[in-house]
Amino acid sequence: MSLTFIFFTVLAILAIASAIVTITARNPVISALSLVFHFFMLAGLYLTLNAQFIAAIQILVYAGAIMVLVIFVIMLLNLGDEEKLKEKFNLRKVIAVLLASVLIIQFFLIYLLTRSGKIEIAENTAKLSTVQSIGQVLFSEYLLPFEAIGLLLLAAIIGAIVLAKRKLT
Amino acid sequence: MLIEYVPLILMVIVGFVLAVVFLFAAEWLGARRTTREKQTTYESGMIPVGNARQRFSVKFYMVAVSFIVFDIEVVFLYPWATQLTTLGLTAFIAVIIFIVILFAGYFYELVKGGFNWD
Amino acid sequence: MEELGWILLEALIKALVIFTLILLAAATLVYIERKFSAFIQNRIGPNRAGPKGLLQPFADVLKLFMKEDIVPDAANKNLHRLAPIISLGVAIAVYAVIPLGSSFELAGRTIYMGVAPNVNIGILFILAMTSVGVYGITLAGWSSNNKYSLLGGLRSSAQMISYELSMGLAIMGVIMVSGSLNLNDIVIHQSGWKWNVLLQPLGFIIFLVSAFAETNRTPFDLPEAEPELVGGYNTEYTGMKFGMFFLAEYGNMATSSALIATLYLGGWQLPFNPEWVGLQEGSVWLALAQFASIVIKILLLSCFFIWVRWTVPRFRYDQLMNLGWRVLLPLALLNVIATGAVMFLI
Repeated sequence: MSLTFIFFTVLAILAIASAIVTITARNPVISALSLVFHFFMLAGLYLTLNAQFIAAIQILVYAGAIMVLVIFVIMLLNLGDEEKLKEKFNLRKVIAVLLASVLIIQFFLIYLLTRSGKIEIAENTAKLSTVQSIGQVLFSEYLLPFEAIGLLLLAAIIGAIVLAKRKLT
Repeated sequence: MLIEYVPLILMVIVGFVLAVVFLFAAEWLGARRTTREKQTTYESGMIPVGNARQRFSVKFYMVAVSFIVFDIEVVFLYPWATQLTTLGLTAFIAVIIFIVILFAGYFYELVKGGFNWD
Repeated sequence: MEELGWILLEALIKALVIFTLILLAAATLVYIERKFSAFIQNRIGPNRAGPKGLLQPFADVLKLFMKEDIVPDAANKNLHRLAPIISLGVAIAVYAVIPLGSSFELAGRTIYMGVAPNVNIGILFILAMTSVGVYGITLAGWSSNNKYSLLGGLRSSAQMISYELSMGLAIMGVIMVSGSLNLNDIVIHQSGWKWNVLLQPLGFIIFLVSAFAETNRTPFDLPEAEPELVGGYNTEYTGMKFGMFFLAEYGNMATSSALIATLYLGGWQLPFNPEWVGLQEGSVWLALAQFASIVIKILLLSCFFIWVRWTVPRFRYDQLMNLGWRVLLPLALLNVIATGAVMFLI
């Protein structure tokens, strides 16, 4: 057993466990916190793939920024009452089952297709996923998508202000 | 490689494990003479009025949203900052355009009073 | 696998040593703070426990451990316990990437001073952990179910995330100058008095102000503004649980000082060429001298933190937010562009 395999197994089990807690917990704050824990496990999984930058960003942006907003919103709306969160409409469940089955089929397809060869990280990934090489690629080949991200973020700011200001008045 | 991160991950685990040890030591060592009065919420010595979990101002939400947007901006600039000299002028101009685009958003929020705290 | 065993053993020893050092640093800082504030206010300060009151912090910790642990009935019990763990755990974990010296040879192994000072994403790790530290405070405020706690926690988290941006952008200037996210590389890049504070004076000031805000120290200690919020987010905490927040606060102060020293003030670099006094590269003595160098820098910076706390009055909350969003953020962006422009012109 290699170090990567042990790491992957432990992290994957913890990740799945925390994901299950996220969807089953009655208290929304506990739900959000186990999602934060899940993001930490995901960051660890990225490390097993040598994606250091993505691992750091996973914590910095998802756990440190987006989940803070989620916690704020939970507190803002005072979602302590679990009764209100019960799902009544059933179409969502149908869609969820459909998506889950797609995911399971995908798992099996990947398993069947790659069973023959041992899956290993490609030679170049170790070099390609450092911060430096991401910078090299992002700011030469993918310059236009980078600017598009700027526009997307601009739209996000404007959208947030429009929504918040409408709520205020 | 993964092995370089083993000490880092270990330190995080050690930090949290020791924090848990501290917590249990605090709960185990401390005196226990509980009365009902002690267990009430502190409100300057008065009997607590209502629940503390009330809805609060939407401004905190605005701060969090602006934070996410600018945080992502900062994150995108890190790879550029490490490769500043090798990437050259084109990338620098692209970054300036990126910052200007976001500054338009910042300016919009400023004008609309998103940063006003009153 | 045997190599892995050695790495784990080495890391575990270092982690425990650093943990002890953080506790000692916190104790020292508490003592310095009390003595320093007494000096500023023309008082004597602690002088009963031990000579010159030197044992006061240990007496404090002992007392805190023996105090009754009160959890209010209205609180959410488990989250109430989780909050101090997050605060203290994060404060300790951040130290993993801070280099406390270069390296020395011992029994054929190169041992770095620090748990993992050479990881490729050092700065990002610190930013990531500090951004997670917000949860400790927010949860403490929310789970206590106390109005003061909730307001303190909210204010604190909003303040921390606001200043985190300027902090990240100020660090960007340093990264542009040294071209690496690795903290050890950044220190090595500053050898021979090429301190980043000289290259990044504006960035240094922005980082310093943000560091004050991030550690919730005066003039930014709004979360625990005593006249309006009692104790802020830790109002409902007693005994060592309160002590854990207290420890985390002083630990964070030491972290911020260490970061300022590492990023801007030459880190563990000695102020002279070590070969002048006969210290060989890779020897244990050189490593110890470098360790002493950064410890002195950390202590001096911490004294600066304390000095400011007892000199400057507290901001109003709207002033604080204005400073963060309207002054520091544009200034930090300007600093990034200006640094880039200068780097290309020269």
